[in-house]
Amino acid sequence: MASSNEEPTTASSLPADGLALFLKRDCPTCLLIEPLAATIAGTAAPLHVYSQDDPGFPSGMSQVVDDRALAVSFMAQIEIVPTLIRYAGGKEVDRAVGWARDEWRRMTGIPTLGADLPAFQPGCGSKSHEPGVQEHLQARYGSTPLASRKVAFGGYDDDIELCFERGWSDGLPVVPPTDVRVMRMLEGTRRKPDEIVGDIPPNLAPCTVEKVAINAVMAGCKPEYLPVVLAALEAALEPVFTLHGVLATTYFSAPVIIVNGPIARRLGMNCGVNALGQGNRANSTICRALNLIVRNVGGGRPGEVDRSTLGAPSKIGLCFAEDESDPQWQPLSVARGFAPGESTVTLFQGHGPEAFVDQKSRTADELARSFGRSLCNLGHPKLVQSARAVVVLSPEHHAIFKQAGWDRARITEAMMVATMRPGTDLVVGADGIGEGIASNRAHEAIPKFFEGGLELVRAGGPAGLFSAILPGWLAGRNRDELQLVTKPVGD
Amino acid sequence: MHADNWLRDPTAERQPLKRPRVQPPTRLEGLTIGLFDIGKTRTPEFLDRLETQLQARGLKTRRYGKPTNAKVATPQIVQQVVDEVDAVVIGLSD
Repeated sequence: MASSNEEPTTASSLPADGLALFLKRDCPTCLLIEPLAATIAGTAAPLHVYSQDDPGFPSGMSQVVDDRALAVSFMAQIEIVPTLIRYAGGKEVDRAVGWARDEWRRMTGIPTLGADLPAFQPGCGSKSHEPGVQEHLQARYGSTPLASRKVAFGGYDDDIELCFERGWSDGLPVVPPTDVRVMRMLEGTRRKPDEIVGDIPPNLAPCTVEKVAINAVMAGCKPEYLPVVLAALEAALEPVFTLHGVLATTYFSAPVIIVNGPIARRLGMNCGVNALGQGNRANSTICRALNLIVRNVGGGRPGEVDRSTLGAPSKIGLCFAEDESDPQWQPLSVARGFAPGESTVTLFQGHGPEAFVDQKSRTADELARSFGRSLCNLGHPKLVQSARAVVVLSPEHHAIFKQAGWDRARITEAMMVATMRPGTDLVVGADGIGEGIASNRAHEAIPKFFEGGLELVRAGGPAGLFSAILPGWLAGRNRDELQLVTKPVGD
Repeated sequence: MHADNWLRDPTAERQPLKRPRVQPPTRLEGLTIGLFDIGKTRTPEFLDRLETQLQARGLKTRRYGKPTNAKVATPQIVQQVVDEVDAVVIGLSD
């Protein structure tokens, strides 16, 4: 690409009549036909030569148009050099791509042209089609498909600071959404930019694929993450996810995204060491994009509709992949009804993680009881059936269950049973603690979660008898109105 | 305009691009007023007269300034103004 201070040539440089030759020095075929330019210029119709990388090339030509800015190459839709085009009456009427002796002779009307050259030699890629260049050229010389409002800034202004000043950030720097970046992001999906994905709470503002792409740029996503962000947004907009409530609650919750299937490997997502932590771009940016959409499109901001008493670091965005490397382990997506090998996102209203430590239990029974004890403490030890939870089972803890032949269902059931407590321990006032369940349940034996309120995900590094618990939103007591949502990842 | 000199709006575009100015206080009673000299030659005269009138109304004032009108105020000075006063008058005149 030419630097911005070079004077760009423009489409008006194209001839109305005559021949136009596009080439670059860094092309063996262009070097091969270099001597022909002067021959054509001396005997055929007017020849206009456009050089993409060196205005001194081809040698021996008095007038070569400097097209290092690639403006003319872009407007003439040059994909290969050399390309010879004939114009008549302002329109293209003929085109030869690469060196093809018969075609060039026909177009130039010179029957002996290139007699000492091979009959055919393919050209090289045009500089206007090098990676990332087309979006720049489209933004600068073409028309963009983007409909979102332009927010101008001065040449010496800091665009990252502009994003802060406009209130577009979650508190961390965002990637400024330039036309080029947004167009590149949109390359990540086949969906049209103007397609409405849904209405984003709290303001119920319609959100297009383009707005999703803009916020994904700002979050730091790569284009290939966009289908996952779109699937996550669609999951979040399902009524049973209650996105408005998750945003508005005084509790700690926010969307947590769990990714299953081949897409996780394709994106290089982390399901291993430090899976819930920093350091992986996809893990760090996909859920951030979802939360930025809620902030920017939906208008959901802390201190306004977002009334979280304390919030949680996971409200920036908590996203990770499940480790599906153990063929005996049933992935979360399969447990939720999707086919093995299908890419999905599962959204959970939660926060965390909270640590679970057990370095001494060696049997599945011991370990399940141990998990049960810790799960009982979520929120408050005397609160039951008030929230869901997701256990992130580390490989070393899973190995203990696996050795006993326990599968997902067996582990979940054993943990549930292990959370069972007598109602007398849980009622209001028991143990001199005001918090607790209604006193009329004193005679019951009550598990921490209602049926289906505990999910397992396998993730984490190979070493460490530590697992994690992601506590769910307290409104999870409304078990039918508030559920996890799984969606397939499209393209 | 160069293509890189704008960003695409990530919002629902329900607010005007031009952001509304912060409303000035409706009453000055009890407020501390900052008087900010941008460094042009006769600004102190203007601010002196203004300060006399504000103090005559029983208002507290504090003076600030840039060493030269050719440079923007430093973040330290801007932060000091934000910390210490409720409203500020910037003397722009020669």
